[in-house]
Amino acid sequence: MSEIVIPYQVEPHPMTGVTSGKLGIWVFLASEVMLFGALFSSYVLLRVGTPAEYWPSGVEAGLNVPIGTVNTIVLITSSITMVMSWASLKMNNLRGFKRFMGATIGLGLAFLMIKSFEYSLKFSHGIFPAVGWPEATDPSVFNALYFTLTGLHALHVILGIAVNVWLLFWGISLFKSQPERFAGRVEISGLYWHFVDLVWIFLFPTLYLL
Amino acid sequence: MSEAHPELGFLRKYVFSTDHKMIGIQYGLTALVFLFIGFSLMMMMRWQLAYPGEAIPLVGGFLKNSWVDNGAMLPDFYNQLGAMHGTIMVFMGIVPLAVGAFGNYIVPLQIGAPDMAFPRLNMLSYQAFLIGGVIMLASFFMPGGAASSGWTSYPPLADIATTGQTYWLFGMIFLIASSLLGGINFIVTIVHLRAEGLTFFRLPFFVWSQLVTAFLLVLAFPALQAAAIFQLMDRLAGTSFFLPSGLVVGGEQIAAVGGGSPLLWQHLFWFLAHPEVYVLILPGMGIIAEVIANNTRKPLWGYRPMVYSLLFLGFMSFTVWAHHMYLTGMGTTMSTFFQATTMIISIPSVIILSCLVISLWGASIRFTVPMLFAIAFLPMFGIGGLTGLPLGLAAPDIFLHDTYYVIGHFHYVVAPGTIFAMFAGIYHWYPKVTGRSMNLRLGYAHFWLSLIFMNGIFMPMLFEGMAGVSRRMFDPTGYVHAQAAHTLTLVTSWSAWGLAVSQIPFIINFFWSMRKEERAEENPWQATTLEWATATPPPHGNFDAPPVVYSGPYEYSVPGAETDFSPQYVKQEG
Amino acid sequence: MDDPQYGWWLPPNVSVHGADIDAMIIWIHWFMLALFVGWGIFIAYCLVRFRQRPGHEAVYAPIEARFSKWLEIGVAVAETVILIAFAMPVWAKLKTEFPEPKDDPVVIRVVAEQFKWLFHYPGKDGKFGRAGSEFFSDDNPAGLDFDDEDGVDDITVRGLHIPVGRPVIVRLLSKDVIHSFKIPVMRVTQDVIPGMEIPVWFEATTTGRFQVGCAQLCGLGHYEMKAALVIETPEDFEKWLDEEHKALGLD
Repeated sequence: MSEIVIPYQVEPHPMTGVTSGKLGIWVFLASEVMLFGALFSSYVLLRVGTPAEYWPSGVEAGLNVPIGTVNTIVLITSSITMVMSWASLKMNNLRGFKRFMGATIGLGLAFLMIKSFEYSLKFSHGIFPAVGWPEATDPSVFNALYFTLTGLHALHVILGIAVNVWLLFWGISLFKSQPERFAGRVEISGLYWHFVDLVWIFLFPTLYLL
Repeated sequence: MSEAHPELGFLRKYVFSTDHKMIGIQYGLTALVFLFIGFSLMMMMRWQLAYPGEAIPLVGGFLKNSWVDNGAMLPDFYNQLGAMHGTIMVFMGIVPLAVGAFGNYIVPLQIGAPDMAFPRLNMLSYQAFLIGGVIMLASFFMPGGAASSGWTSYPPLADIATTGQTYWLFGMIFLIASSLLGGINFIVTIVHLRAEGLTFFRLPFFVWSQLVTAFLLVLAFPALQAAAIFQLMDRLAGTSFFLPSGLVVGGEQIAAVGGGSPLLWQHLFWFLAHPEVYVLILPGMGIIAEVIANNTRKPLWGYRPMVYSLLFLGFMSFTVWAHHMYLTGMGTTMSTFFQATTMIISIPSVIILSCLVISLWGASIRFTVPMLFAIAFLPMFGIGGLTGLPLGLAAPDIFLHDTYYVIGHFHYVVAPGTIFAMFAGIYHWYPKVTGRSMNLRLGYAHFWLSLIFMNGIFMPMLFEGMAGVSRRMFDPTGYVHAQAAHTLTLVTSWSAWGLAVSQIPFIINFFWSMRKEERAEENPWQATTLEWATATPPPHGNFDAPPVVYSGPYEYSVPGAETDFSPQYVKQEG
Repeated sequence: MDDPQYGWWLPPNVSVHGADIDAMIIWIHWFMLALFVGWGIFIAYCLVRFRQRPGHEAVYAPIEARFSKWLEIGVAVAETVILIAFAMPVWAKLKTEFPEPKDDPVVIRVVAEQFKWLFHYPGKDGKFGRAGSEFFSDDNPAGLDFDDEDGVDDITVRGLHIPVGRPVIVRLLSKDVIHSFKIPVMRVTQDVIPGMEIPVWFEATTTGRFQVGCAQLCGLGHYEMKAALVIETPEDFEKWLDEEHKALGLD
């Protein structure tokens, strides 16, 4: 069914200066901003509506700031390697692309592993989403928010890793015939990956430090 | 642009198609089926309201024991029908029809594109819609039945409701995903794939309305996505996002830990649901604009103010949501803000409607069937919009909130408003899609009967609400003031059944006309927009050669021209 | 039950602030009617005068903007006036000018649950006993702490009794889901939201028997969630309070 030629898949549109795929991912990211914006707004509304003595700081709730910091560094680094993988492609350096993309995937997996370690720590201390902080007459929903927000973020990380894995192992065959088009796909994945990183950069201080 | 390609198998051509026209038809047929189902639910409800406690004729005997008692409806079933009627009509009926069907089919043609920007994403959007719709309908047959907390699903009620509510939430996640992906597709398509010479201010108003609608979908739906995730967590993981502490249900403390806020759901829900109502009306307004321009044989009056109003309306629609929440204990500051924004948002609405009305001046009006629906749309949407005024101000809303007045208000906008626009669109573009014309007499019958019965249903509701009758009541006659208004209920119910019967000429017309031998002309309405420039039905790839646009979309009765229409894809001499 | 004139329009108004709300509703509807009739006449005129017929052609650019612009501005001005001069003051009065103790209000704590209303009066000592959600049970629908002395004389009933001529402050609480306290003839509607105690005030102008209803879907029995409203003379109201006090068997 794809014999019809749809323009601006490789060449940028004169008015917007980008390809359709790139415009599309930006629009998608706008919707993601609204999604995480709704989640953060909910955090604000719930926190403002709870007496201060019932809302824990991240440390009081049992969050481990050093581990969270490590995870932040992991994700930021993975964003750098993501850019490097795209830059390698633009410079026709396929080996560089593979290395940096592999690193990005590896760092993403590392993030997830550290996260699941954190989760299991919490579970072993009896802290689940349904557990209020403190377990008292007017508990706060901090734990519910923590698990839901980081869990959703982790789902986004998994999706990003999946796309990158596909690009590295299967999508890469496009590089031979249409290198620019493949570079465009990597760039689009990179934009998404940066966004996922950016969300974490907001999540970390909000949950762990405030 | 369209090259010879190997003939596709049945599945690839009709089921797993990536062609926007096929997808548009899929959306259209599916949405019409869902609309029919949603309407049928209401017809059963209308029996219970008109004749409380009596066995439902025809179908009562076939319904499950948990739904009816000797054929008479039970309160639980009534609440399920109510919640699902709203949900189905809004999310599975109107939006897929207005955006998924009309948008998908017409927009690429009207901008001269070979397809949408992302054809495979388009197919995925339809599939997500279908899956979401099936999950929603399946919920009726699960233990505990379908969702029954209103289409608004307010917690704590929705948090503690039966399994059907979980199905509702999962169904919504699929439906929302479908709209998000579709919205992205529309935005990129309209921005990037316009034909040469088709600048933004030469776009048909229909395309503008779809563009703004797409932005509303993309930016507003995520809030409900977040809310749905929270409610799923409450229901499945035992969290208390929406449950305050100390709730006692049926004499027992519930197991939840507490600390949550029921109002949080309302804010998140209405942050979507208010822009959602503009999603429901804007594509319809777009269709009405096309039909009026075409059947008045002159350009739309005030095209530019209409476009600017559309953009302003889209922006403002994000600032009014809490006017649905005036009675939640809101103080003066919040209510003043939202009343002000609500008053402001009425302005662009009035401008668009006024421009459409003024477009009739100096016209040469053809009373074709689509035009009849378009003309009726004007006062009907007018009533809908005007009745929003006492609701949008907090003090009168004290009395009118959650009464039948509200139901009358929003139904006037979506029923003889949007649905009439959908009918207008079907009658108008039917020759383009099928190559046949619809029968005139059946069309007239459908129009007049529908117009009469629509008013028969919803005008009494405005009075019933004014009399103080609350909505969502299985049997309102326990209230003295509702007993006095029971005649109005009878009028509404019989009109609803009348409206159902009035669709028969339409359904016959729709299917029978397709089989006619005689083909319609290529451009039977003598229209000026690009969709009429290609064959009927358009081939894969739409246009033999990329079209070029030379003028605005509604160059009718141009002084000095040979005919009374100058298509925008034909270069005019001089 | 008394039978005031209920029909197809606003029910009788028996509250002090109801007149303001009714006035707004009526004025707004006149405005709506004016707009609708005006536009309707214009549309009908156009349909006749500009119908397609031999010898009649459409005009490419037929009209100047002036009239509609003034109409638009007029609508905006009217809405602004309604908002600032009427809507905002009425709302503000209801939300911020609660009766003070010197107005001798009757204060009633109202507990909503699926699917009934409970009206909790402070009794002769004028003080509410302590109450909380931890005390709710079938025998204790008001959630009273029976160890609190102040609550010993509290009156809990299923019908709402109020006197004419004295303001009433109702403190609304919900045990389970969102309900809505609605008395159409008093022009009172207030959502009752679990986790919040929401006050609303009103003052009756006439005696009579009416109904309190629930105006927010709260489950299966939502349609049955009613209570009687009895508005009586101040003397009859005191008599009723005395009878309820006696029924407690305290003296």
